[in-house]
Amino acid sequence: MRYLPLSPDDRAEMLGVIGVDCIDALFGDVPQAAHLNGPVELAYARGELEVERALAGLAGRNRAAGAGPFFCGAGAYRHHVPATVDHLIQRSEFLTSYTPYQPEIAQGTLQVLFEFQSQVAALTGMEVANASLYDGSTAAAEGVMMAARVTRRDKAVLSPGLHPHYAATIETLAAAVGMKVERLPLAVDAEADVIGHISKDTACVVVQTPNFLGTASDVTAIAQAAHAAGALLIVVTTEAVSFGLLKAPGDMGADIVAAEGQSIGNGLSFGGPYVGLFATRERYLRQAPGRLCGETVDADGRRGFVLTLSTREQHIRRDKATSNICTNSGLCALAFSIHMSLLGETGLRRLALINHSRAKALAQRLGAVDGVEVLTPRFFNELAVRLPGSAAAMVETLAADDIIAGVPVSRVDPKAGMDDVLLLAATETTSDGDMDRLATALAKVIGA
Amino acid sequence: MNAVGRPSRPESGNDYSHPTLSGGRALLQDEPLIFERADWSRTGVDLPQSEVGVADDLGALVREAPIGLPGLSEPEAVRHYVRLSQKNHAIDLALYPLGSCTMKHNPRLNEKLARLPGFADIHPLQPQSTVEGAIALMNELATWLTTLTGLPAVALSPKAGAHGELCGLMTIRAAHAARGDVARTTVLTPTSAHGTNPATAAFCGYVVQELAQTGDGRIDLADLAAKMGPHVAAIMVTNPNTCGLFERDILEVARITHDAGAYFYGDGANFNAIVGKVRPGDLGIDAMHINLHKTFSTPHGGGGPGSGPVVLSAALAPFAPLPWIVHSKDGLRLAEHQGPDAETPFGRLCAFHGQMGMYVRALAYMMSHGADGLRQVAEDAVLNANYLKARLSPVMTPAFPEGPCMHEALFDDRWLEGTGVTTLDFAKAMIDEGFHPMTMYFPLVVHGAMLIEPTETESKAELDRFADVLIKLAEAAKRGETERFKGAPFHAPLRRLDETLAARKPRLRWTPAAPSQLAAE
Repeated sequence: MRYLPLSPDDRAEMLGVIGVDCIDALFGDVPQAAHLNGPVELAYARGELEVERALAGLAGRNRAAGAGPFFCGAGAYRHHVPATVDHLIQRSEFLTSYTPYQPEIAQGTLQVLFEFQSQVAALTGMEVANASLYDGSTAAAEGVMMAARVTRRDKAVLSPGLHPHYAATIETLAAAVGMKVERLPLAVDAEADVIGHISKDTACVVVQTPNFLGTASDVTAIAQAAHAAGALLIVVTTEAVSFGLLKAPGDMGADIVAAEGQSIGNGLSFGGPYVGLFATRERYLRQAPGRLCGETVDADGRRGFVLTLSTREQHIRRDKATSNICTNSGLCALAFSIHMSLLGETGLRRLALINHSRAKALAQRLGAVDGVEVLTPRFFNELAVRLPGSAAAMVETLAADDIIAGVPVSRVDPKAGMDDVLLLAATETTSDGDMDRLATALAKVIGA
Repeated sequence: MNAVGRPSRPESGNDYSHPTLSGGRALLQDEPLIFERADWSRTGVDLPQSEVGVADDLGALVREAPIGLPGLSEPEAVRHYVRLSQKNHAIDLALYPLGSCTMKHNPRLNEKLARLPGFADIHPLQPQSTVEGAIALMNELATWLTTLTGLPAVALSPKAGAHGELCGLMTIRAAHAARGDVARTTVLTPTSAHGTNPATAAFCGYVVQELAQTGDGRIDLADLAAKMGPHVAAIMVTNPNTCGLFERDILEVARITHDAGAYFYGDGANFNAIVGKVRPGDLGIDAMHINLHKTFSTPHGGGGPGSGPVVLSAALAPFAPLPWIVHSKDGLRLAEHQGPDAETPFGRLCAFHGQMGMYVRALAYMMSHGADGLRQVAEDAVLNANYLKARLSPVMTPAFPEGPCMHEALFDDRWLEGTGVTTLDFAKAMIDEGFHPMTMYFPLVVHGAMLIEPTETESKAELDRFADVLIKLAEAAKRGETERFKGAPFHAPLRRLDETLAARKPRLRWTPAAPSQLAAE
C-alpha cells in the first residue's frame, strides 16, 4: 500500500524490539468477541489510477456551475478565484500543519490569522474578529449563544429576511441550550418588523443584509431599538463581496457580525467547507467563541503571534468554556485572506460594483419577460422574482435545457408560501450570453 | 581556491554570529504584515471596468468611508505567503507526533480529486437531478463509515469533531425525549476526556460528572456503577482513551450504561487505532463521531476545516439531523426538511449538507487503502507507537508501563525530576532538533504528560531518527545541560513567545494608530 512505509521485515524487527511475537499481541486489550478476524466487507486497496477513475466517474455525473448558464446564490456564490490562491494554500507548510499550538514553529499560520482577523474587522467595520468559525450559519448560532451570555437573557428574535437554513441552525442550537427563538415569517423587505418584537427579555435581534431574498437594508434603526431595550444586534451577511459596496454592519450599530466568507477565495464545493467570519465589539471579547490570534514578543523582543485568551476555550475551561469549538476553518480562512490581499480595497470595491451591475442587468432582462415580476427593491447581486407558476418546476424544466436558473424559495423554506418565487444571483462570472439564454428560455416556457 | 580566486572551501574558525542587517536569516525572511506596506491602492486582480460607475440606486446604503484593506500585486502576494509558509512546521517536513491529533501523511491524490469541477464547482442548492454524482458520493462515504463502525446510520453534516459531539448528544436527548424520558440531567465522562466532551455536554445543558480512573489508566467500573442511574443521559468515552490505552472493560461499561437506560457516546478521535480491526458497534457504542481529518487523513490545514460525521445505532438513527440521504425507487435523494422522508430529525446543525470537500478526500483515502489497507493502518499505527514506547522507555518514564499501548505512547515527567527541565522545556528543545513536540500536559490525569502519536505513515528509519534524538536529548537533560532546554528553541524562526503579555494586552488586529506597539515597548 503506497501510503504505508513499513516493510514486512521492518514489522518483524519492530515486534522483536517491543518483545511480542505478533501484531495481535498489541491488541490484547480488545475483548475477544469484538476482534474482527479479517477485513470488513468493503473493496480492497486500489491504485491511484483506479481511485481517480471511480471518483471522476461520480464527478462526471454532476453539472458543474461553470459548464453553462448558472444563477444559484442563496448563501453560496460562484466567484472567480485567482489561480494564485489555490496554489498557495496547497503549500505543504500551510496544508499539512496543525493548529498553531507551538507558536515558535507556526508563525506562518499565526501571522496569516492575525492578518485575517485584521481584514475581517476592517470589512465588517467592527473592532475585533476571531480566527474564523465553521461557516456563516454556525457563526450566526454562536453569535446568538454569545448574546445570551453577554445580556444574561434567553430570547432571540430572527428577522423575516434571515436565511431559512441559518434560522433552522439557530433554532436547533437554541433548543439545545434552552433559549427561546421568535422567527418572523419570510418576507422580501420587512426587517424593521423585528422592532415590534423586541422586549426586555430579548438577548439579541438577528438581521440579515443583504437578506435571503436579496434586499439590502440600513439596520441603524433596528440597532437603536435593540440597544434601547438592552439587547444586542447581530448582523448576518452571506455574501462577503457585498462589504465592498454596502455600508458596513459596524457603521450601522451591529454588536456582532456573523458572515459567510466563502465568496472570497473559496469555491462552491456543494456547501462546504466554508469559512465563518465572526466580529464583535472589544468590550464583548471575553464572551466570544472560537480561536483568537494576538500579537506578542519573543524572548529576544521580536514581534510574534500566538493563540490567546484561550481561557475561554474548551481545552482549558472544559465544562465552563464559552463554546465547545476546537477546530476552526483555517485553510479556508487562508484562502479568504490571500484572495482579499490580492483584491485589496481597490479590487474589492471594483468587484462589488461589477457584481451589482451584473445583477442590475439581470433584473432588467428578467423584468422584460412577460409574467415575471422582480420583487427585490434594493439588491446587491441577488434578487427574487415572482413567476406565473411553480418556481421549482421552472428550475427543473430549465435544468433539462442545461440552464441552472437559480434556487426556488420553496426548496429552502417550503412553508413560506412562496412557491412561485425564484431566487437568482449574478456575479462577475455571469455573462450577457448566460442572461440572454435564461431570459429567452423563461419567456418560452411561460409563453407555452 | 578556484581559478578565478573564489574560495571553494569554508574558512575555518569562523564563529561570526552577529544579527543580520535585514532581520532575516538566510532562507527565513523577516516578513512584514500586509498592512505595513507603503502603497495600499495596489491590486493583484485585473478586473474589467464595471458597466455602472456608481451604485446610485442604493443611495445612502453605499459604503463611502475607506475600508482599510491593503492590496498586493500577484508577485508580492506570492512572496508574502511563501515566506510565511516557511515559518511553519508541517507533516510534509518531519514527524509531527501530536498525540490525539493524528498528524499523518495527506495524499495529494485526494487534493486533486476534491478539485474536480464536478465536486468543487457545484452548488448545494442546484437541482438534485444535476448533482446525482455528489449524492452518490455521500452515500458511498456513508456505506464505508457504517460498515467500518458496525453501526447502521450516519449523520454526515457535522463540521468537526466537537460539532459531531453536539450532534451525538442532541440525537441522544431527542431519543430520550421521544420516550418521554426527560428527567435525565447528567453526562458522565472520564477525567482523561478531551476538553470538548465536558464543554459539549455543558453546552447542551447537562451536568457533567467526571469518572475516576484506575491505576492502570482505565475507567473505574465501581465509580461508574456508583454514578450511573436514571438521571444519566449518556456516557462519553474515548476509546482507545487519551492515555493511548484500550478500555478493556468496555463491554461492561456498555452494559452498565445500557442497564440504566443511558446511551453510550464514543468519541472517535482515536478511531485510527482500531479501524478495520474492531467495530465500535460491537463494543456497545450507540453513537460516535469520526474525525475525517484524523483517521481518514483530510488535511488539518493549520486548524481546519475538519469534518465530524456521527455514526448512529438503529435506536438513535430516526433523530439524526437534516439533511438525510433517502433511497427511493428513483434513486438517491437528499431530504432537506422534516416530512415523510425524514419524520423526526432533531433539527439542522448547519446550512447546506456538510463538508463535501472533506467527504471526497476521505472517500478517496478509504478507497485507496481498501478494507485490507485500513486494517493495516491500525496495525502499523499501533506498532509504531509501541516501537517508540519500547525505544524510549529506558530513558523516559512511561505513564503506564504494563502492557502495550495503542496508537500513542504516554510518558510522564518523573524522569525529569531533579533536572530542572520541565516537559515544556523538553518540548521546546525538540523544536531545535527539527521535530514538532508531542502533545504536552494532556491528558490531565498524568503529571507533565507527553503524548506521542507517530501514526502509521512514518518509516522505521524516521522513527529511529526521532528516537535517537530524543534519547540523546533525555541524556543531555539528565547530565545537567539545562541551558539547552531552558532557553529553547534557539534555532526556530522565533524564540519562546510571551503568552502572558498577549493575554494581558490583547492586540488582535493591526491598527494604523499603533502599528506595532508591543514590539516597541
